[in-house]
Amino acid sequence: MYGFGGTIVRINLETGEIRRSPTPESFAREWLGARGFVAKTIYDEVPRDADPLGPENLFIVAPGVLTGSFAPCGSKLGFGCVSPLTNGHADSNMGGHLGPEIKYAGYDMIVFERISPKPVYLFIDDDTIEIRPAGQYWGMGSLDLETRMKKDLGEDFQIATIGPAGENGVGFACITHDFGRQAGRCGVGAVMGSKRVKAIAVRGTKSLPVHDLPGLTKHTYDIIQRTKPHPNMEPWQKYGTALFVSWANEHGCFPSRNFQTTYHEGWEGISGEKLAEEVLVTHKACFGCWMNCGKYSRARIPGKPDTYLEGPEYETIALCGGSCGMTDIHHVAYANYLCDNLGLDTMSGGNIVGFAMECYEKGIVTKKDLEGHELRWGNIDDFEHFVGMIAARRGIGEVFAHGTREAARKLGKGTITFAEQAKGMEFSGYDTRWYSAQLLSYCTSDIGAHHNRSWAITADIELGQDTPVGKAPVVIYLQHIRPLFDTWCCCRLFWGELDVTPEEHTDAIRYLTGWDMTIEESMRVSEKIWNLTRAHYLERNGGPGRKHDVAPLRQLEEAIPNGPAEGKKVGSENFEYMLSDYYANRGWDAEGNPTREVLETLGLPHVADNLEKRGLLGRPIPGGIPKVRGQKLKPKAM
Amino acid sequence: MRIKVDRARCTGCKLCQQICTIEHYGEINPKKAAIRIGAEFPEPGVFTPRLCVQCGACARACPEGAIERAGSANAFVIDPSKCTNCGVCVETCPIGVMYVHADAPTPIKCDLCLKCTEVCNTGALTVADPPPRATSR
Repeated sequence: MYGFGGTIVRINLETGEIRRSPTPESFAREWLGARGFVAKTIYDEVPRDADPLGPENLFIVAPGVLTGSFAPCGSKLGFGCVSPLTNGHADSNMGGHLGPEIKYAGYDMIVFERISPKPVYLFIDDDTIEIRPAGQYWGMGSLDLETRMKKDLGEDFQIATIGPAGENGVGFACITHDFGRQAGRCGVGAVMGSKRVKAIAVRGTKSLPVHDLPGLTKHTYDIIQRTKPHPNMEPWQKYGTALFVSWANEHGCFPSRNFQTTYHEGWEGISGEKLAEEVLVTHKACFGCWMNCGKYSRARIPGKPDTYLEGPEYETIALCGGSCGMTDIHHVAYANYLCDNLGLDTMSGGNIVGFAMECYEKGIVTKKDLEGHELRWGNIDDFEHFVGMIAARRGIGEVFAHGTREAARKLGKGTITFAEQAKGMEFSGYDTRWYSAQLLSYCTSDIGAHHNRSWAITADIELGQDTPVGKAPVVIYLQHIRPLFDTWCCCRLFWGELDVTPEEHTDAIRYLTGWDMTIEESMRVSEKIWNLTRAHYLERNGGPGRKHDVAPLRQLEEAIPNGPAEGKKVGSENFEYMLSDYYANRGWDAEGNPTREVLETLGLPHVADNLEKRGLLGRPIPGGIPKVRGQKLKPKAM
Repeated sequence: MRIKVDRARCTGCKLCQQICTIEHYGEINPKKAAIRIGAEFPEPGVFTPRLCVQCGACARACPEGAIERAGSANAFVIDPSKCTNCGVCVETCPIGVMYVHADAPTPIKCDLCLKCTEVCNTGALTVADPPPRATSR
């Protein structure tokens, strides 16, 4: 088989048994990689009542079809499991260089089963696979450990690690690689930690089998030359995603002080321009990327050691910065470093600290809870102490260690009304009160409020920011676009920013694999994944679907107090309208449950049977499901 | 003609390594590339592309006389029909830029094909001392 490593590995951590099997071409083509492989495997194999941090959950590492190929930025690597944060399907991906390395070692999916009796790390050197003791590494910070393992194993190993937060089962613990690339969301780091896997180290020296190398080479070479002078190239190379900080403030979607408002006083101090001036050390790219959005930085704060980190990128600036009230790029960079080394997702992490700061402001969390410290807006010392408590699950840190939804449940006192989350997953760095398609995206997502499930901010602008009409079909289309990149495993930014079309990516797949892949076939895989993970969520959490697609009250009913979006809110009626419109356009019933007709259309009749057994199958839709589900609108991507 | 390295501009993307092995081996395999990228992280945070500067020490050391200047770029090139893969050149190279790979029949060395400079988008790898262009008045 062309384009793939050729082998799937299963590791029983309890017994130490390692099983290898050839990657079936039918499986590869049906699911394409990473997010697809994960969705299918987790759905088929993890019992519905399995504890996400228990032995029955699986922890999966999987690159995708274009990973490690010469296709534009084929850098990505997927991780998957059942999420401890949402109790649903989880997948999260990272760029960097580990995914390609796994392919060059000859592997398409690594499945960790059960729990190791002792801390271990996975060692792969081409055909050699070993489960090695990691007692000496246990307790170390993510970045510190990568530094150590590079010394122990050699520079040419690619390494992914978890920090203390992952070891301790914090619900939003991440996996870190290449000194700052993260699979951040869904708590994949906690599941890795629950298996007592501290790190993954891989060296691959094999060549990737390619069907038509001259064709693939010319294809990508031409795209490189075409996009070099693209007007978006220079700003992206200079500032990376942080260039979006100014735009988001000007357009009233930047979270400030736990989303209390959407224009952040002092945003200029944490902008992309400030990053480039103040903290930037070098530009840093993922494998095969020629627009290098990665920014590697040094934070300098009097009284603290200088720290090196990758970032801060937009989401970290929005959530650790804006949402925590910071106005100094050095402070945001330092917060980024703290989260990275502790192994906390900077997105959920920043969101949760901002939420806790509001709790402190309102007197719900006190100095006594904080071991004598405070939790003041914009205070980096307070931030540092508090994230330490979370990562260790110490004292009040335990309350916040499982996300804002869980914290609000424990704290009570109406805190749920300002917990900006959906399905237990914290909002990305976009307020949605003037961006209802984005709110619909967050709330209908299988993993909760993550912008990479569908980024609809510019679609809102094109469709009209004050109307809920016409949003749903576009959100569905955007939700089908994202799995393309999450299964192919190349960076979406070449599509969104440099006008490299999805069709050009399927052309790359054709050259690479010899398959007659079309964008239509790939989009069908996307829709199949959406329906499969929706079913998975319902089978684990009960129905109807609508009761899970819930928006935070602040986004629905609390008008933005100031700034460019002053007075805006989505409104509950508008939100319910959009949900109904969304279900209808998806071919789901009015309660948000997938119907047999749509599942069978997608080749998932067994999923319909499973839902039916559990009383979760959608009622047939009079007149049938829409022939085309989703409507194209090309937005600016992020 | 030579390849000028500006390490401050290197982002570690490895496009150069991919195109290098495509060009020379008809394979995608960065570990076979004639250019390596050192990465000094977490501190000071610098990428260091390392490749042959065409000093000729390998040619002088080769017991088989398998390395000679050739081609339009006049680079030192390994003749695979003469090379016995003895490794003397690799040991001799004063800056450690003759590489080896288990599947490569000879050591791996830059032959100034310049493909890497064509894909590099940051100016980390550029062509220096280009041949003079014909001018007309």
